[in-house]
Amino acid sequence: MLAAARVCGYGRPSQVGPAAIDSRVMRGPTAPCACAGVQGAYSVADMGAREVHERARDAHDPAREAREPAISLEGVVKRFGEIVAVDGLDLAVAPGVCFGLLGPNGAGKSTTMRMLTAQTLADEGRIAVLGYPLPRASKQARLEMGVVPQLDNLDVELTCRQILTVFARLYRISRGERPAAVQRALELANLSGRADTIVRELSGGMRRRLLVARGLIHRPRLVLLDEPTVGLDPQVRQELWSLIDALRAEGVTVLMSTHYIEEAERLADTVAVMSAGRVIAQGTPAELVRAHAGERVLEIYGPPERLAQVDAQVRASGWSSRRSGPAVAILRAESLDGTAPDGVLRPANLEDAFVALTGQEIE
Amino acid sequence: MSAGPGSVSGAPTPVEPPREAVRRVGRLEPAALAGVMSRDVAIFGRYWRATTFSSVVQPAIYLLAFGLGFGKLITHLDHVKYVQYVATGVVATAVLFSSAFPGMFNTFIRWQFQRTYDALLAAPVDVEELITAEVLWISLRAGVYGLAPLLVGMAFGLSPEAGMALVPVIGFVTGFGFAAFGVTVAAVARTIDNFNYITSAVLTPLFLVAGTFFPVSNLPAGVRTVAYVNPLYHCVQLVRDASLGGLGVADLGHAAVLVAFAVMMWRIAIWQLGRRLID
Repeated sequence: MLAAARVCGYGRPSQVGPAAIDSRVMRGPTAPCACAGVQGAYSVADMGAREVHERARDAHDPAREAREPAISLEGVVKRFGEIVAVDGLDLAVAPGVCFGLLGPNGAGKSTTMRMLTAQTLADEGRIAVLGYPLPRASKQARLEMGVVPQLDNLDVELTCRQILTVFARLYRISRGERPAAVQRALELANLSGRADTIVRELSGGMRRRLLVARGLIHRPRLVLLDEPTVGLDPQVRQELWSLIDALRAEGVTVLMSTHYIEEAERLADTVAVMSAGRVIAQGTPAELVRAHAGERVLEIYGPPERLAQVDAQVRASGWSSRRSGPAVAILRAESLDGTAPDGVLRPANLEDAFVALTGQEIE
Repeated sequence: MSAGPGSVSGAPTPVEPPREAVRRVGRLEPAALAGVMSRDVAIFGRYWRATTFSSVVQPAIYLLAFGLGFGKLITHLDHVKYVQYVATGVVATAVLFSSAFPGMFNTFIRWQFQRTYDALLAAPVDVEELITAEVLWISLRAGVYGLAPLLVGMAFGLSPEAGMALVPVIGFVTGFGFAAFGVTVAAVARTIDNFNYITSAVLTPLFLVAGTFFPVSNLPAGVRTVAYVNPLYHCVQLVRDASLGGLGVADLGHAAVLVAFAVMMWRIAIWQLGRRLID
């Protein structure tokens, strides 16, 4: 369905060897270079891509990239008048991972995403993206990353091909390489058959795929996805998930904000839970579940009076619990004693951890 | 501006990564301007017929109405045949309307309704490039469409003149200023309905008190002063002198006013819209 192998040009360096370092030293700033940076990586879009990518990695200094986070935020604060949207945020996204920013609506996820493209400027703190300090060098960072927005901002009166061509230009893909880059993006988004259809006539799912293709046209090594599947039907969501999986397999760094727990659990290597503008917990989904919800959860179903009784017992015993639909769910059920009420045991999941952390149920 | 210095307070001087082989981006890059304008060109491909129709029909209507109406009463104005007077005056009107209105409406719609500017600013384009490209595109178009009234005027008896080749340039410079003025209006207007205030209280008087249909020299002194600071007045004078073979030293002054207006409005537009695009 989605062409995984063609998703991205280069990501995490696969080899950091003396040869690579040597060639970089030998080349020097004035030596002729077949690869003039990012653009060079696309100059032979399909043929000899491997070699070109290796040169690009060279240029990016693999040793530095391996230890430097793709994204780092330190003590970042953003206020809108009285409202503190981001409140002392610290975040480090390692290269090559899929990082999920999980939080309820209003947690500051979208503000954080906008700060990474310098469309929102932080009031305090330091931000660096791909090693470039923001906002000063944000344009350089934006040249090397791709952005997929939460809200559809496509030009409805243009065709898929026209939109992708405009963005190929904006990402400085040279004239000769543009048609191939556009074709690749169309295939990636499964829109080859709709290349000359105007956006107004596309379905919601196709438009979302086009948004993704637009953000990947220049084979970025970092992709920001802001709530990528919000409002999509399950089938389209699955398609986008496959696409994100493919990106990750290619070694592209992905930062994804979401308020869908399933999405974070399914895709993210590392999840940071955001609440009220800061990160309140971070780890792999499994680590978060174990640390904040335990191994198992005991769910007790019954009429409202019964649940009220259970609630009272939970409070008296100091257990942690949450309302889970029509049931009371007691977390860390593995450490309960014999006094626990009868119920159904199930494995703890990220939703339990999330609710325990934020005190908020997800819709 | 997206890459403005000193926005993150308390940050120590960061070390620039040594990426000599990576393409560097600078300020006001032609590639970014061309990219943004290529989008405008693609969209123009969808509605050029309507724009062209109105650019030709509107001056024709003015010429017919004024020519048939006033033409019976006045044959000459300022030693110029009335048809020549009106045809050259309508050039300025065409430039004003084809720059100020797109500046206002396109900007507001793309920024607020379609969120196009959000998409463009997430790519390697900064606010200065975005606004400059939009204004450039509108003014190039306005310069070309400024020729339409002259072509229509020829059908009404205006004789071709070599100086008319300067009209697109005059239209471009004037259009640049008014397009940037429109962008500024879009930036400060809270709703699109507020454009009505500008259209009726600013643009309509500007277009009438500019020597388009009648000379400003007969106006009361106070109003005449308004005309002299009106960039459109200088556009009209320049177009008239160029089209009727009467260019002189005074026209350097008119040109200087138009260039100064364009540069000033360009910086104001970037400042006003920039601080709203980047929060």
